[in-house]
Amino acid sequence: MSQPKEAWGSKLGVIMAVAGSAVGLGNFLRFPGLVADKETGGGAFLIAYFISLLVVGLPICWAEWTLGRFGGSQGFNSSPGIFHSILRKPWGKYVGLLGFIVPVGVYFYYVVIESWCLGYAWHSFSGNLDLKGAPAFGDFFSTFTGQSEDGAVFSFGSAFWFFAVVFILNFIIIYRGLSKGIEFICNWGMPLLIVIALVLLVRVMTLGTPDPSKPDLSIWNGLGYMWNPTDIAKGLSNPEVWLKAASQIFFTLSVGFGVIITYASYLKPKDDVALSGLTATAANEFCEVALGGLITVPAAFAFLGASAVAGGTFALGFNVLPQVFAGMPGGHIFGGLFFTLLFIAAITSSLSMLQPGIAFLEEGLGLDRRRSVALLGLITAAGCLLVVWFSRDLKALSTVDFWIGDIGIFLQGTLLIYVFNLGFGTERGWQHLHHGADIQVPGIFRHVLRWVSPIFLTVIFSMFVLRNVAGWNLSFTDAAFMPTDQILDLVGSEAHPANRVARLTALFLFVFAAFSCLLIHLAGRRWSRQSR
Amino acid sequence: MTSTGILFMAVSVGSVTCLFVWCLWKVLSGKKNPDHLGHVEPIEREDLTRR
Repeated sequence: MSQPKEAWGSKLGVIMAVAGSAVGLGNFLRFPGLVADKETGGGAFLIAYFISLLVVGLPICWAEWTLGRFGGSQGFNSSPGIFHSILRKPWGKYVGLLGFIVPVGVYFYYVVIESWCLGYAWHSFSGNLDLKGAPAFGDFFSTFTGQSEDGAVFSFGSAFWFFAVVFILNFIIIYRGLSKGIEFICNWGMPLLIVIALVLLVRVMTLGTPDPSKPDLSIWNGLGYMWNPTDIAKGLSNPEVWLKAASQIFFTLSVGFGVIITYASYLKPKDDVALSGLTATAANEFCEVALGGLITVPAAFAFLGASAVAGGTFALGFNVLPQVFAGMPGGHIFGGLFFTLLFIAAITSSLSMLQPGIAFLEEGLGLDRRRSVALLGLITAAGCLLVVWFSRDLKALSTVDFWIGDIGIFLQGTLLIYVFNLGFGTERGWQHLHHGADIQVPGIFRHVLRWVSPIFLTVIFSMFVLRNVAGWNLSFTDAAFMPTDQILDLVGSEAHPANRVARLTALFLFVFAAFSCLLIHLAGRRWSRQSR
Repeated sequence: MTSTGILFMAVSVGSVTCLFVWCLWKVLSGKKNPDHLGHVEPIEREDLTRR
């Protein structure tokens, strides 16, 4: 069935869409927490972070833009199709398997978190978050997300309805298509997100010392808590600092996600990718370092002190910050604005997770837009309901996040850089990168792409697996291994019995991966019949 | 906040802000070349034979 090829409406539109995909909750919640970490944060983390940006983030970003545009020129828009067109081997399309599995799999739980943001925005604006005492905020979050027992979300008032609204909204937008749906939302959403962030930044910077009886708890000291460097030499010799910095760069830029390669495939063959890739990366870094780095941690420190900052992403966003907003004048408004900001960041990301799936179903199975949206809706509804129902201790969510959102993304990114160098060819890729380019990429990046990025990424990925699967203590001199909770949840031990929900979730992911393989097999037969 | 803390913050925030503004300026002030939009042209001969 022949369909008109979709395309971006403008150059700025595709940049906004890629930036919208990259800017997410991690920019405003995870990054500040990592910088503020007293063990592995501070100046050493920032140095490792910016080095990782230059040797992994930016080069892989350019590689993904280049491969995507090339795939588009061959008539493919999905990772399996693009890798098929590059590798020209019967197994080539399977190399792109993760480019379908990862974005769809991450969507299973990301849209649930997105619905929390919308719910919290609603409750902030309506004054329902005017609670007294830290335990009340913890209880609200636990109840709202159904952490007490499985299926609890369905019995707690509005939580499920927020999920349903957000889920349906995503599919309505994606059904409208690339330009009228994704690009339209990102063209409005990204500037709005930056404006809201700037309003919040001004509010936070003018807080001074919220409680005069506690002069140490000030914004100035909060900034110091976040940015004062600790022992830089010691930090840079700590492998965990590099692992955290490189992982953050990798996840924040959405490289290896299957999104950039799909978005870039809708470009014309002579459209620029060098400046566009750099601009999308710069937009993400601006939101992460200049906005995320100045808002959340300093505000939390000024109201609640250092202990409040060290609780992880969810705790900072949905437990600590609501307390902060409740304590400041006009907190309803600023709290509502903050969660609106998170919701915008989340929806521009979740939309990007659906497009690779839509693109594959359209070109692989020959479905039209309506049928591909319906099929992807069924697949994601199954995954999302699993995450929503098994909400106790967020076990299903954390299991999908680990196997798909961590391991899957790392693996796909590593494959991508090897395909760029070995399958496509570094020199050819460099030539394609500059075809129609609006800037000249410095020549040193050719060597970085060929040598540094693959080696650096392979080392970091290996460390990540050894750390998070085998439980390595990251010591070279006194190495010890102890299986992590994610592994013990599946295999069990005397001290840590296997978790039923984690096992069920892993089984679901296995079936989903096998189903995806079947779809790619069918797609390959279709492409063979079409001599593609 | 120490002076090195201020330095780290200023360099980090300043560099990403300058890069973002420069990129936006380059994109918005870039050449408008509508004739290549929609004009499909093979980048290399090898690609032409594959299509």
